[in-house]
Amino acid sequence: MSKKFSQTEASIQSVTERRGVYFRKVKERIIESLMYTISLSVIAAIFCIFLFVGKEALPIFTGKTNSALVQDPIKPEDIDKYSPEQIRIYLGLPKSKFKKLDKETLIALLEVKMEAFKEIPENFKNDKDARVNTTQWKYLIFPHQWTGYDKPVYIWQPVSNIPKYNIMPLIVGSLKVTLIGLLFAVPISVGAAIYVSQLAKPAIRETLKPAIELLAGIPSVVIGFFALLVMASWFQSVFKYEIRLNAFVAGIAMSFALIPIIFSIAEDALYAVPRSIINGAYALGASKWQAAWQIAVPAAFTGILAAILLGFGRAIGETMIVLMVTSASEMTWNIFQGARTITATIAAEMAEVVFGGPHYRILFLLGTLLFGFTFIANIVAQVAIGKFKEKFEGLK
Amino acid sequence: MDIKINYRPVWGLKTKKFYISSHFFTALTAICGLIILFILFLILSHIFINGFKHISWRFLTTIPQTDFFNVETTGILPHIVGTTLKVFIMTIFGVPVGVITAIYLSEYSSNTSKTTRIIRSAVNNLAGVPSIVFGLFGLGFFINFIGQNIDELMKYQEPVWGKPALIWASLTLAVMTLPVVIVSTEEAIRATPPGEREASYALGATKLQTIFNIILPRAFPGILTGTILAVSRAAGEVAPILFTGVAYFMADLPHKLTDQFLDLGFHVFVLSTQSPNIEKTKPILYATVAVLVVLTFTLNLAAIFIRARIRRKQRASE
Repeated sequence: MSKKFSQTEASIQSVTERRGVYFRKVKERIIESLMYTISLSVIAAIFCIFLFVGKEALPIFTGKTNSALVQDPIKPEDIDKYSPEQIRIYLGLPKSKFKKLDKETLIALLEVKMEAFKEIPENFKNDKDARVNTTQWKYLIFPHQWTGYDKPVYIWQPVSNIPKYNIMPLIVGSLKVTLIGLLFAVPISVGAAIYVSQLAKPAIRETLKPAIELLAGIPSVVIGFFALLVMASWFQSVFKYEIRLNAFVAGIAMSFALIPIIFSIAEDALYAVPRSIINGAYALGASKWQAAWQIAVPAAFTGILAAILLGFGRAIGETMIVLMVTSASEMTWNIFQGARTITATIAAEMAEVVFGGPHYRILFLLGTLLFGFTFIANIVAQVAIGKFKEKFEGLK
Repeated sequence: MDIKINYRPVWGLKTKKFYISSHFFTALTAICGLIILFILFLILSHIFINGFKHISWRFLTTIPQTDFFNVETTGILPHIVGTTLKVFIMTIFGVPVGVITAIYLSEYSSNTSKTTRIIRSAVNNLAGVPSIVFGLFGLGFFINFIGQNIDELMKYQEPVWGKPALIWASLTLAVMTLPVVIVSTEEAIRATPPGEREASYALGATKLQTIFNIILPRAFPGILTGTILAVSRAAGEVAPILFTGVAYFMADLPHKLTDQFLDLGFHVFVLSTQSPNIEKTKPILYATVAVLVVLTFTLNLAAIFIRARIRRKQRASE
């Protein structure tokens, strides 16, 4: 009897135990899938950035913005003859705001617009440019001969009677500063990476590496401040150029922000080159430098290239330094002239735009463009790093 | 038959020229390293020499009321508070997500699965998105989408959530610093000795128990490093908060999540570009920069020390 009882007890115990195990398993499963969902948020973030920055720029792509100064006016009494969408575009309102307005407010707005139309000077009413929608692609990318200019020009002039949104000057400005920054940063950071990873004694490596990484800890606004107050004046007294804040100063200042990035990725790549092949070079009589230059650098070349590419992505997206250090200028490749970059334009002008207006849309278009540039640079760099890692897999 | 072996050294004979060129190029690369150190030293010394002499207790604890360009009466208390709040809220939202993602990536997912590869690629991509694009994202997503929808749901007449606010700036920064936390945590988790994990499984612990009792305590310094680096990065960033919450000036501290705030980095920008008399306001500019740099620098140094300790331990356990 007692034996049987203990047997039942044991089996009950094992059942509860099994149930405990079962519940624990369910709990683990739930938590695992929760973690999985949360880790997907990174993908969601990238996706949302593209979606919501692109969304605000969408009306440019679909041709639903109109920046023309003179439009054939819609008379308030004719409000019923037009579709709501036509009226919305005519008034330049965002959809969410337009929905909330009743008919009387719309009529009032049309009257205001009518008054404004009457106040436009006569010479503009006859100007062919005043009637064009300057947010069309042909005006955004190609030069156009505006009234008063004697040849077709690339010009960014969003705040004027006829807003001109040609984005080429901004792209040229960004590239100009970026190239100067890279020209200065790449040799120095790759040189330092070769030294730290291949040539330096371990003790020097252990101190030099974190010290260089400390440079990454200086906020870009502080580098901008330093360039604006100190470097700009030094350089001007040395190089004797006319414009104090130009692309050259901005490029050099930007290289301070690029050096730690390029250095740390290039150093990683060079350090990952298997010791065995470098020791092989030593055995064949190579000096330390020859092994580094003729073996390690070619072996890590894709990695170094990826570092430069990521540096490019960082440079083209760098905002505060260029915002503080460059002055606006017309489109030119002269490095001692000012430069208007994509990032600085967004940062400087976003605060003053009419919400949902053409200028606002164009700034978001620039943001989308910037995101596209860096996205491609990142993907290519990742593929390069992946290839590089594959090459040396299993080697030590 | 004689086999003729040509003993030709691959890299030439070790002549004097051989050594000179080697030494020359080694020195050249060492100089590159020194240039970087020099740049660092130049910026820091300039800021500290000119900045520290203008920092006073009054300057650090005053809330400027009207004219914040006045050298005699101004202070940066609201900027320090604003920056602290900004990174604090960012940490609360960002770090847990980053740590959980890192745990999932290193403990649960297999390295070859497609989802894992996409997540990893997304992490790397997120790290490369320009900071100004994060600002646009914050404006387009948090303010124009989430904020305005909250306002519509709650039927507020005035925009409460659908405008620049502390919470939106912090959330934007949280998204921006996710990769920093993830990479650092993953590195720390990878550094836990596999023996301990296997011992835990051998004793009958489940995966979750192993994570909580073995891996997380071991990875804690790494998570701390990631958090510190994220905080230091976020503390100095200005571009993402330009449109999402920072104010040019306010005579009060932020009280609610929906208030705007003042920020040290943005204050540096304002003082160096919008000042009515740059020569006269230089003392407060230098003092503000010094405070900001001390803040980010202390954080970075702490991160470097913790990381060095982790790596030393890891090497010892190998």
